[in-house]
Amino acid sequence: MTPLPRDDLVIRTPEGIDFSLVLAGPVPRALALTLDRIVVVVIFFVLQQVLTPFAVLSPDLAVAAVILTYFAVDIGYAMFLEWFWRGQTLGKRVLHLRVMDEEALRLRFSQVAVRNLLRFVDFLPGLYLLGGLAAAISRRRQRLGDLAAGTIVIREPRVGEPDIQAALAAGKYNSFRELPHVAARLRQRTTPAEAAVALHALLRRDRLEPEARRELFAAVAGQLRRLAEFPPHLTEGLSDEQYVRNAVEVLYATGAKGLADEPGGR
Amino acid sequence: MIVDLDKFLAEGRCYWAELEAALERMGRGPDAKLDLPAAQRFHYLYERTAADLARLETFASAPAVRQYLESLVSRAYCQIHEARAFRLRLAPLRWLGGTLPRTFRRHARAFALSAAVTLVGAAFGAFAFAVDPEAKDAIVPFRQLLERPSGRVAREESRRADHLAGHKATGAAMYMHNNISVSLRAMALGMTWGVGTVAMLFYNGVLLGLISADYVADGQAVFLLGWLLPHGATEIPAILLAGQAGLVLGGAMIGWGSRLGLRRRLRAVGPDLVTLAGGVALLLVWAGIVEAFFSQYHEPVLPYAVKIVFGAAQLVALTLYLALAGRGGAAAGTAPPVETRP
Repeated sequence: MTPLPRDDLVIRTPEGIDFSLVLAGPVPRALALTLDRIVVVVIFFVLQQVLTPFAVLSPDLAVAAVILTYFAVDIGYAMFLEWFWRGQTLGKRVLHLRVMDEEALRLRFSQVAVRNLLRFVDFLPGLYLLGGLAAAISRRRQRLGDLAAGTIVIREPRVGEPDIQAALAAGKYNSFRELPHVAARLRQRTTPAEAAVALHALLRRDRLEPEARRELFAAVAGQLRRLAEFPPHLTEGLSDEQYVRNAVEVLYATGAKGLADEPGGR
Repeated sequence: MIVDLDKFLAEGRCYWAELEAALERMGRGPDAKLDLPAAQRFHYLYERTAADLARLETFASAPAVRQYLESLVSRAYCQIHEARAFRLRLAPLRWLGGTLPRTFRRHARAFALSAAVTLVGAAFGAFAFAVDPEAKDAIVPFRQLLERPSGRVAREESRRADHLAGHKATGAAMYMHNNISVSLRAMALGMTWGVGTVAMLFYNGVLLGLISADYVADGQAVFLLGWLLPHGATEIPAILLAGQAGLVLGGAMIGWGSRLGLRRRLRAVGPDLVTLAGGVALLLVWAGIVEAFFSQYHEPVLPYAVKIVFGAAQLVALTLYLALAGRGGAAAGTAPPVETRP
């Protein structure tokens, strides 16, 4: 049985570092393609308007220029832009997609040319059925043109430096710092995976529905309480979300110069 | 142990920002280059960021930070580890004088197969016409070629005025558009393990053989040569070249006699496919001009002898060019050391 397509492609560098490329799915690729076709039509329309006045001089040459211009734009648009913008057309830019070498190396012109010249065979028998089928069963989500060119299409969301401080509201009073030994016990007993779940919950909290948010933080806080219990006088009145935020701040030592430096008293 | 994320971010932030800025600069165009000190600094930033990524993976899982660092490392990786010879400049004379004919000769067997399939198709077309002349109506898709050859010759030779005046450039553009599209399809169908390419070449041969047999049987062999040779001397070889490219692609898909995996085989033939496709396009642009401005004129406007000699001269020149040009060059007989385009 053919394995289902993976969502990412893991590349191991010669230095032994792994990083993953997120493979683009069929929907954003189809949207980017649609956008590019619209752009091609618009470019052609504009060029046609520019060339039409020349029909006064020679209708024959004007018609020939329109035919050849359309042909050149149709074939050359994706080829030129993917080369010039290193794997992106206008549609791919908007959808945050990029064509890459399947080994994550630099894209060569021949690869860009081959994947675009073979587009015809991906289109067969119509509506990109063959290419879509190939991408659906391919582990690297490659249409036939991508397979021949050794390219992949990845999702490239604009990733900025994460603002951990803002997510944790660092600088606020954290009652957990009053008991450094319990905080140290929490750090010792919490696994990286558990800490990551708690941190991730905080970073994504604004995207959750209210009910889901309450349930998630109740579950995470419950797990953290089992690992190291802070005395009731420090946790009284804290919501589950505040509990998790305080715990994560302690776990990642964020916003604190050091647990021992914190002034005592609540 | 969990990494001190705050300290980790504070220490790495300035280096990551510097690497990101360098990547932005390099992403502005295909030819963006760094001088030696900038390249050394870029390499340092890449290694430092890669080390930060490794450290993060070892100690803790902070998805947002890891995603950010992975994004930087993946973008820098392709710049650092690209070891392939990489130069891309418009060098049409060099490409024309060496790259194209050498590429053609490197895949001479595929061209021979392409020509053989077309000849078999032509023989089949001629045989089909000999056995059943009515086959012409069923096989030939162009309505203007269905009339009796002697009738067409009489009509063409009765023209005195320039019947193509005001339409020649349009005709040339349409010939180019149609022929280049069909040829690129023949090449692309190589992805069907060459089956689609062979089918297209065979059908093209059938048409050629059937029409030729029709004209010869009707006593119009001279007209046929005068009509087809001027543009056919480049158009037919161009289609064979497209077939050659398709068969090279099909051969890479099949992988007979190669120990390389499918991806390696396809990667190896990619630049040659582009070179052959460029040659096909160039020949068909010339063929389109000749067909529109020269081939469609017949006696008494243009003597058949002139047309036949012109066509034969083109054929000889093209054969000599493909057989001899670029021989003795540094890269003769081997894969091109740099990637070039027409």
